Amino acid sequence: MDVTRLLKPRKLLVPGLLFVLLIFLVTFPFYGLPVYYVVLFFTFFLFAILAMSWAMFSGPTGYMSLATAVFLGVGIYTTTILYSFVKRDILSTLPVDALQPVVTVFLIGAVAAGGLVSFIFALLIGLVTLRLKGVYFTIFTFGLIVFVMQLVLFLEIHITGTRGRSLILPGTGAPLAGTTTIYYIMLGILIATVVTAYFIRRSRLGLAMQCIGGNEEAAAHMGVDTTRVKVLSFAISAAFMGAVGAIMAPRLTYIDPGIAFNMLYSFMPVLMAVFGGMGKLYGPVIGAVIFTYLQRTLMTELPQYYMLTFGIILIICVLFLPGGLVGLIPTLRSRLGRLTVKLRKGREARQHANT
Amino acid sequence: MPILEGRDVTKYFGGLAAVSHVDFHIDQGEIVGLIGPNGAGKTTLFNLISAALPLSSGEITFKGQRLNGLKPHQICKMGIARTFQETKVFADMPVFQNVLVGALFGSSNRISAVDATREASQALEFVGLSAMSATPVKDLTLVNQKRIELARALATKPEVLLLDELMAGLNPAEVSEAMELVKRIRDRGITIFMVEHVMKAIMGICGRIMVLHHGEKIAEGTCNEIACNKRVIEIYLGEETHAGS
Repeated sequence: MDVTRLLKPRKLLVPGLLFVLLIFLVTFPFYGLPVYYVVLFFTFFLFAILAMSWAMFSGPTGYMSLATAVFLGVGIYTTTILYSFVKRDILSTLPVDALQPVVTVFLIGAVAAGGLVSFIFALLIGLVTLRLKGVYFTIFTFGLIVFVMQLVLFLEIHITGTRGRSLILPGTGAPLAGTTTIYYIMLGILIATVVTAYFIRRSRLGLAMQCIGGNEEAAAHMGVDTTRVKVLSFAISAAFMGAVGAIMAPRLTYIDPGIAFNMLYSFMPVLMAVFGGMGKLYGPVIGAVIFTYLQRTLMTELPQYYMLTFGIILIICVLFLPGGLVGLIPTLRSRLGRLTVKLRKGREARQHANT
Repeated sequence: MPILEGRDVTKYFGGLAAVSHVDFHIDQGEIVGLIGPNGAGKTTLFNLISAALPLSSGEITFKGQRLNGLKPHQICKMGIARTFQETKVFADMPVFQNVLVGALFGSSNRISAVDATREASQALEFVGLSAMSATPVKDLTLVNQKRIELARALATKPEVLLLDELMAGLNPAEVSEAMELVKRIRDRGITIFMVEHVMKAIMGICGRIMVLHHGEKIAEGTCNEIACNKRVIEIYLGEETHAGS
């Protein structure tokens, strides 16, 4: 009886906390805080989505992908190219005050399109490259960033004759979306990413991915269609990267291949996911939030020593936290457990002494 | 008609013929042993049957159906399961999950999670490891890891089971237990094709034995025939005798 009474509130604890967090995040832009915080928060979302979608595929399968920046860039270019059509054909016919809502609807559509284009692109890439194992796959995906960037640059110069593209509203020249709009769309993508990651972890697909990471050959001989599982999960994770890229575009306002396909966006999610720990679903999210915050704070507080401090923190984490931050939890819990046992024993001993 | 049949099965690694023009057939309900010195091509033959490697030439049929060009997961779903010489377990997963993988993905038609769980626990019970279902596989001994592989293969509901040196590295008591287990699997109607170095096991349970040497089949017959075959003694058993085993 005692056990069930103790368990029930704990079962409700996690959904309850998540619900409170969700309400906090949904109402956050209305607290009247400076815009800086809204931007900070959607930067959290951006990296949380990237780290989580990266970990969704690379965590269980053990295929370390550095293609995150490619899919992010594909999303950015999807919005940019779609916008150039919309701008010419639709927006130019609208009165100025009707622009904003139309553009917001357009952006939501662009996010879906960015996800879809990335998904299809990843399917094609996956079919070709997922035969590669280990470090060869990693090197290929790394090369892909440079290749796609150069390819887009070539197409821009020789086919479309554009070098950079700007994303601003016709007439006023204002950005396509305010920070609040970007905030909510990113929050939406984040929620979709978390929900998908949660269900994949508990699904057959998730188990199959884990088998591939455990021993790909054995997985194949146990009836797992390894190619299908790898390509599909790679594409699902890419869809979220593309979706978030699509909403990053209006924030960037000026797009060229060098900006859209930035290698940093391949490395950061890996560091964040490893830093946070991939043993738990929320590890990459925690990693992304702390990492982003740390980076921002160090950059403003210690501009001269920013990189040095950042590097030292990273090295310490890799050396002493092999399971990432979430890897600390079991250790802390057992320490806490031992402490309570000690306290209880002490109390019992005192009671015995008193009687 | 044999359940599993190979005609002119050949595999080249570069210029080397690892398996060369081998014909074989396995009948329903048999236990067939495959022996030969190291490098004879035994594991390669298993890899060809289970489609881990593509054939260079020849063909393999299962219940009359050609297996050429199929993928390992398709072979498994058709009803041919295998274990590995060097255990290939999912080390970080608990015992039960390892077996569940076989049940979930291995059978030909989509199986519900409830049924898969039931089958996995039956397979685990069959090999006698129910008590360890929550232990991570990497914490198990070699014998138990081999049993997990066996349970995992059984959970895929095979008609033919390929056992690649199930008894290697086991002590005599464990070998006897494993032999018992293999016989019980056969009694469930599963046909067994096994590579083995432990002669006691081969001679004890196999109805028929095939001998490979340098990729070629040099002899085939009952245990007695093989034990008396001059060529086999020369190239294979002879070596073993001199080695003192």
